[in-house]
Amino acid sequence: MKETGALATIQRQIQWNRLIAVVEEQAQTMIRTAFSTTVREAGDLSAGIFDLQGRMLAQAVTGTPGHVNSMAESVGHFLAKFPAAGMQPGDHYITNDPWLGTGHLHDLTVVTPAFRRGKIVGLFANTAHIIDIGGLGMGPEGRSVFEEGLYIPIVKCFDRNVPNETFFDFIRAGSRTPVELEGDIYSLCACNDAGAKRLVEMLDEFDMDSIDPLAEYIFESSLRATIEEIRKLPRGTFRAQIRSDGYEAPVTLNAAMTIEEERIVVDYAGTSGLSTRGINVPPAYCRAYSCFGIKCVVAPEIPNNWASLSPFQMEIPEGCILNAPWPYPVSVRHVVGQLLPDLMMGCLHQAVPGRVNAEGASALWNPPLRGGSQVSGQAAEVEDFEIITFNSGGTGARPEKDGLDGIAFPSGVRTMPVEATENVAPVIFWKKELRPDSAGAGKTRGGFGQVMEIGTKGEAEFAVNAIFDRVANPPKGRDGGGEGAAGWVGLNDANGTPLRTKGFQIVPKGRRLLLKLPGGGGMGDPKARDPELVRRDVVDGLITRAAAKEIYGVEV
Amino acid sequence: MSARLAAQGGGAARLAVDIGGTFTDVAVEQGERRWTGKVLTTPQAPELGVLEGVKLVLEKAGLAPADIALVIHGTTLATNAVIERKGAKTALLTTEGFRDVLALGNESRYDQYDLNIELPQPLVPRRWRLPVTERLDNTGKVLLPLDEAAVARHVAFMRAEGIEAVAIGFLHAFVNPAHEKQAAAILQRLWPEVPVSLSSEVSPEMREWERFSTTAANAYVQPLMASYLKRLEVGLREGGLACPVFMMLSGGGLTTLETARRFPIRLVESGPAGGAIFSAHVAKQRGLTEVLSFDMGGTTAKVCLIDQYQPQASRTFEVARVGRFKKGSGLPLRIPVIEMVEIGAGGGSLAAVDSMGRITVGPESAGADPGPACYGRGGAKPAVTDANLALGRYDPEHFAGGALRLYPERSRDALVAEVGGRLGLSAEMAALGVVEMVDENMANAARVHAIESGKGFEGRTIIAFGGGGPVHGYRVAEKIGVKRLLVPSGAGVGSAIGFLRAPVAYEVVRSLYQRFASFDVGAVNALLTEMSREAAAVVAKGAFGARTVEGRLAYMRYVGQGHEIAVKLPARDLTAADVQAIRAAYDAEYIKFYDRPVPGSDVEILSFAVTVATEVPAVEPAAEVEAAPAPAPIRQQQVRDTTTGEVTEWAVYDRAAMAPGAVVAGPCIVAEAETSTLVGRGWSCRMDGLGYLDLTQESA
Repeated sequence: MKETGALATIQRQIQWNRLIAVVEEQAQTMIRTAFSTTVREAGDLSAGIFDLQGRMLAQAVTGTPGHVNSMAESVGHFLAKFPAAGMQPGDHYITNDPWLGTGHLHDLTVVTPAFRRGKIVGLFANTAHIIDIGGLGMGPEGRSVFEEGLYIPIVKCFDRNVPNETFFDFIRAGSRTPVELEGDIYSLCACNDAGAKRLVEMLDEFDMDSIDPLAEYIFESSLRATIEEIRKLPRGTFRAQIRSDGYEAPVTLNAAMTIEEERIVVDYAGTSGLSTRGINVPPAYCRAYSCFGIKCVVAPEIPNNWASLSPFQMEIPEGCILNAPWPYPVSVRHVVGQLLPDLMMGCLHQAVPGRVNAEGASALWNPPLRGGSQVSGQAAEVEDFEIITFNSGGTGARPEKDGLDGIAFPSGVRTMPVEATENVAPVIFWKKELRPDSAGAGKTRGGFGQVMEIGTKGEAEFAVNAIFDRVANPPKGRDGGGEGAAGWVGLNDANGTPLRTKGFQIVPKGRRLLLKLPGGGGMGDPKARDPELVRRDVVDGLITRAAAKEIYGVEV
Repeated sequence: MSARLAAQGGGAARLAVDIGGTFTDVAVEQGERRWTGKVLTTPQAPELGVLEGVKLVLEKAGLAPADIALVIHGTTLATNAVIERKGAKTALLTTEGFRDVLALGNESRYDQYDLNIELPQPLVPRRWRLPVTERLDNTGKVLLPLDEAAVARHVAFMRAEGIEAVAIGFLHAFVNPAHEKQAAAILQRLWPEVPVSLSSEVSPEMREWERFSTTAANAYVQPLMASYLKRLEVGLREGGLACPVFMMLSGGGLTTLETARRFPIRLVESGPAGGAIFSAHVAKQRGLTEVLSFDMGGTTAKVCLIDQYQPQASRTFEVARVGRFKKGSGLPLRIPVIEMVEIGAGGGSLAAVDSMGRITVGPESAGADPGPACYGRGGAKPAVTDANLALGRYDPEHFAGGALRLYPERSRDALVAEVGGRLGLSAEMAALGVVEMVDENMANAARVHAIESGKGFEGRTIIAFGGGGPVHGYRVAEKIGVKRLLVPSGAGVGSAIGFLRAPVAYEVVRSLYQRFASFDVGAVNALLTEMSREAAAVVAKGAFGARTVEGRLAYMRYVGQGHEIAVKLPARDLTAADVQAIRAAYDAEYIKFYDRPVPGSDVEILSFAVTVATEVPAVEPAAEVEAAPAPAPIRQQQVRDTTTGEVTEWAVYDRAAMAPGAVVAGPCIVAEAETSTLVGRGWSCRMDGLGYLDLTQESA
């Protein structure tokens, strides 16, 4: 290689590195300026840069695998309606269309063009989960997307830096939390602006007229690296199945994963049909979580972009729950979608057993809580409130390590401090701690779930819009490891009255909501576990002496 | 004594000691004169290294121990105890139902794609996290009274377990500390000898995980620090140093040994804080109101923005990160610290190529042993130092003042084996790629820091120190658009010198929720007065009557928004008339950060901070010096330029031979024993009246 060519190669690497820094800055700006707790505390957002064909060059690594492919695909939909040629500096475009964005109305996606010397050079997109978008609120009860909230088609929210006041009027009128919603939209735009500014600075520094040659370099390197990783896997078709509790009936997820020379194709034939309620998964969201599950095992180091995601392909039959058509309800598509990485690992376990985990609690256990007059009418004893916290059970055991206790996976969101939650709503968390004896046994055990007990101030009536899974179908172990404990949802009364795992239900005055979050599945023969670790768990009060003896064969 | 301290110098000598991981640095100042020294740190008994270093420097200076009027000390001992898990057997008494706050954290993973991720383990294992029935609501109202009998039962258990320190952390205790105090009183009665840390005293702020983690860490390091500080005090006294000893705090102030013993967790970041204060002082000497402090050492680089000679304050910090330098992989501490970014980029950082054919640098480091490949001690992987050598930036015969012989062929071999061979690049071009990448990483860290601080780089000056700062400074400056770079003298012991410049100071932070629509002036004033009194009492113990200044901040945000912005409050009782002015100040700050305000939102205050500090004496700005002739170069080196890839002759000048006012034009190198300052193409370098190198970039 000629030395000048060598310098160009090195500079391309520097530019790629810079682009990743740019999107990370873009995401950080969003986290710092966001109003919704879901973004600022939980980190439920994503950010990326795109070329003028709508191909993603780089994406910030944030807490939401669900946005991986879905955001990557959404920019193409924006361009179809508003071609790049017609965009102006200071324009911002927005949607929450579940089929053009990231799968439910609570996710807003904003796209912003970046201009240099009067010429459009790229696009920034950014998605955030906002706290309320009207309608029924976050929950599975809707029977169509129209009931689930305010539907924003792709429109301009800022036209050459001037806010579209008609749009903002509708937005404010349509949400229970208008101030936060409007503030979040401003934040989404500000963070795209921050990204655009950085991009232009980079183009100036390297004297680049276009990002296209850089894009080609990124795509070529990423695709080559991804294919190299795929080639290390054994070829073949591997099948797995998972059952979810579903809403009206249990849901079966079926996958046949074929590892080919240069791609991995997953066929979801045999998966259950659509639900009448909002647990249906739009196809982009199915691709996102499938892809995340495969990538964690196969190519975790390779950054997400159009090319590195392209070898992972999903065939999702029409009419199945993973390919929900408009206008089916999709509000809580995560409760099914987040099981997909477990399903992918079920397939990959047959190909590369030493590289995958046992099944975990997987779907977040977010209790959406509502109280005050919207639940109790004039009899309300507390101020109106609407909150959601992000909580997790245990993750699956790993080949060489135990699962993680009460940690989100595959979602990467963070939970809020109890003290902060109690400051924004009249609720009292009476308990939030690890759930003993919930981890699936094994040579390496699963992670422990949690127990949460939640009431209101003065023990007033309130409601939960339940979206919980892994109650009838606990996480499975692998290689002889045991199941994680199933979840449980109910009241704290003496009878232990259970509640339904999905849907809007009242917690009566004087009662509290009791949640027992699932534990992760175990891996390998429990009898082969290091007895010291068993003793440690007994001393720590996480497993009983009886369980230590019976399951692990260890006397403590 | 007060006269001596207030004069900050005069006839009395002052001594600073900074214990780092490898070296213990000592600096002594008397009037305008300064002596410094380095000895190896003695981890088993750090006071021994201190005493040795003190002796060495006193001999150099020709001073007697009795001449020293004040000792200022900073140490990484507390940090190391947490990293190496060598602290006390610590128990945590906590609210029933919340036994696992330390283990659950925020229920997230700091790395989204790593299935084998390791999370930081709490300092207190579950068996010693002991629940007590009690509960307050968010306003501090008692929902369940404290179960005193349970506390007493736990005392018996803790004694049986051999517990050495106790932390108490109850929910909402920052609003109402009554239950924590009640539990502490029971402990005091039943077990008076055990040290106790209360969350309502160590870190009285909202967010239970961060507060309990800080409190547990304080308890965890307390016995060890108390014993060390005792031994140090005795050792110094036996060595004839009967003067007061002050400790450097992470927030940049000094405090008494007594306060250090109570809140040892506030000492964790004292070394880096000293470096930032060093930079702030250099900025003041040169009248530079906006600088970026850039300290690049062997394993890490630290950058820190300093405006108006004040390093930025922060209250969040992570210690003992398990995923190297990854945000979220450490134990959270909520204490006053100087805001800075630290990344794994230093002279020892190792280069490699990832699966996409991209050059990566760090965070893995060659350390001191085996060190970079060119040390010839068996290191086979190329480090940043190897890349600098292969570019011709170092003369192998004159590295570290000729103290260390370098083997250039080993650098080349390592660069080809690990980088060049995989990318089809020569050793020299691989070296170029490595240096550009590490410079880019540092520039990115600086950019993120600026974004998070709502600041820019325009008109800013970089102050570069540490072994690598002067080498990499000009290129980092180019990457972030900075046109001026200052390389002070004494850069090798910058932190210790910084200690000598720090005021006696203490910061108190408290949460008190306020909305502007219903601002309670009386309640806020009552709290601020109490905080002011508390901070002043701590400072008074070390101020010896010196004048003090007080700063007050409110941490504010739009109602419901995430991050707070610090807004200055007047250091007096507020009146109703102030409320609108504070609100306006918030809006102005917000626009500085994010361009556009949010219409129609109320603003809330989450917490307040009060800092009391002794007045730092005014610094005379350095006088301008007459132009002087440039010295003759001592040699020429063939250096490859990282921007153009071309090799040209760079003149090398001896820093010691440059007279104040002398100017040399880039590209060239100004060499000294500890490091070399690179003056890139298009830059010029002038020796100023203080002996600092002042680099400026000609506008293109």
